[in-house]
Amino acid sequence: MSRRTVINIGPYHPLQEEAEFFQLYVEGETVVDVDVRISYNHRGIEKIDESKTFDQVPFVVERVCGICSASHPLAYVQAVEEIAQVEVPERALYLRTIVNELERLHSHMLWVGLAGHFLGYNTVFMWAWKYREPVMDILEIATGSRVTYANCKIGGVRRDMTDEQLKEIGRVCGELVGPLEMLTKAVLDDPVLHARLKNVGILTPEAAKAYGALGPTARGSGLPIDVRRDDPYAAYDRVDWDVVTAPGGDVFGKAVVRLLECFEAIKIIKQCAKDMPPGEIDAKVEEIPPGEGVGHVEAPRGETLHYVRSDGSNRPVRHKIRAPSFNNIPTFKASCIGLQIPDVAITLASVDPCYSCTERMCAVVDADTHKPMYTFADLVRLSQLKTEKLLKGSHRPFPPGGKP
Amino acid sequence: MTVATTETQAPLKGFVGEVLGALGSAVTEVHQCGDRRGIARIDPARTVEVAGKMLAMEGSRLGTCTGIDVRDGIDVLYHWCFEPAGVVVTLKALAARPELAIDSIANVVLAGNWIEREMHDLLGATFRNHPDMRRLILDDSWPEGVYPLRKDFDQVADRPPLPPNMSPPDVGAEERRAEP
Repeated sequence: MSRRTVINIGPYHPLQEEAEFFQLYVEGETVVDVDVRISYNHRGIEKIDESKTFDQVPFVVERVCGICSASHPLAYVQAVEEIAQVEVPERALYLRTIVNELERLHSHMLWVGLAGHFLGYNTVFMWAWKYREPVMDILEIATGSRVTYANCKIGGVRRDMTDEQLKEIGRVCGELVGPLEMLTKAVLDDPVLHARLKNVGILTPEAAKAYGALGPTARGSGLPIDVRRDDPYAAYDRVDWDVVTAPGGDVFGKAVVRLLECFEAIKIIKQCAKDMPPGEIDAKVEEIPPGEGVGHVEAPRGETLHYVRSDGSNRPVRHKIRAPSFNNIPTFKASCIGLQIPDVAITLASVDPCYSCTERMCAVVDADTHKPMYTFADLVRLSQLKTEKLLKGSHRPFPPGGKP
Repeated sequence: MTVATTETQAPLKGFVGEVLGALGSAVTEVHQCGDRRGIARIDPARTVEVAGKMLAMEGSRLGTCTGIDVRDGIDVLYHWCFEPAGVVVTLKALAARPELAIDSIANVVLAGNWIEREMHDLLGATFRNHPDMRRLILDDSWPEGVYPLRKDFDQVADRPPLPPNMSPPDVGAEERRAEP
């Protein structure tokens, strides 16, 4: 009988971008059990929300995650709109769809880059992040910010998009198709990646259901679950798109789902930008009656579920947030056991775990004077200048006529 | 502190009605039975039986659970999602004071494991027969018996002292340094 050893990955580890702690129990090179500890960044947002008014909560919850900062507020406002039975104007639904799909696009490209980096295929990392930048720029043009878009409000959206902005969004998305096809081919046709990812970290459909796996993690196991199709919100039932699934449940399947979903996202964005209906962008909401509502949204990593209970006052009595990674991370118990240690790293990365990373910052201090090089006000000003430049068109993503 | 919901018996209809009807006498009250949402109260002694029945249904999965501190105890809400119907059925079970205990569903539904640990950490509900009741959310240095998501916990006044190896953050240090 071989000896059992524990290998610690984390809480801080160069392999991972956030604090998480995996303990691999190994016999020889084979993983026999895995234990996960999370919550190194718990900020008590559910408690904070109980002291905020219904209108303030969207700005708090978009800080749950810097990558899903469009999905969380949308799930919350949908829960509140369910309580108050608000009829959201058509144009607002389309605007919400555009921002949410742009978010999915940039998040999936971020994952493809990171996955390449984990495998030592840094060319993919460079490409994916290079082509993600134009998506971030059009998000900044449309909402004024690369993250925390502050776009959603109860009853509609806060900011309209002009015809020029919609045209620009359609153009940039159209020009992304070529590079994305190149990237997809580079990943899916690479024999080394096939050897590295196929039949690695298999999550069976039965295990996916038992653990409540969500999003690309479930769809990569052949489970066709997608809130956008099953419980349509925003304008998803008004545009033409497909749910992407892949059989197998291995890491390769999850990569296929994410890469192909990028094309579906572009398809949705282009249709929304083209068919944008005119009219109001928000409905007037007088008060939130007592009651309870559930809002769920298909975030890039899977379903984000928000539950809100109101007692008729101006603050929620209870606001529960369940991010998709909370259900996806426990699936490691099913997918990692029996693997060799080198395969575990990419399997852990394959669910695209996200632990609410945006609470940290670093300050650059002058070594001689000990004064910060930039104060918070300087950074805000710099960010505003960048947005102004983008809006003027002097710093356009994919300049027209030029090579990307 | 409890919510003034209209505790009426809503008629069972549609997909949600079928789901709630299949649970039989375990459902004690139906609060809402709409096209895509259902809310019902179940017998807290039969949570495991209900969870088994719900998981066996076609296209079901446990979305998550919510714990709420109410006057009579901790209300545990099980949010069951159904695909491709796009339905969310919320089943409520009360863990009554003073024990605040309810049977764990984690042995039947694996997805219930972490969320029950979270509710135990933050609200102090006890889940009987849970396979792995260690802390999930709170730090090991957090004092026993202090539950931050309870209604009587004040974010500022009730904050426990920092563990001895940590110093409080120096609020405003950056601004002070920036001044000439």
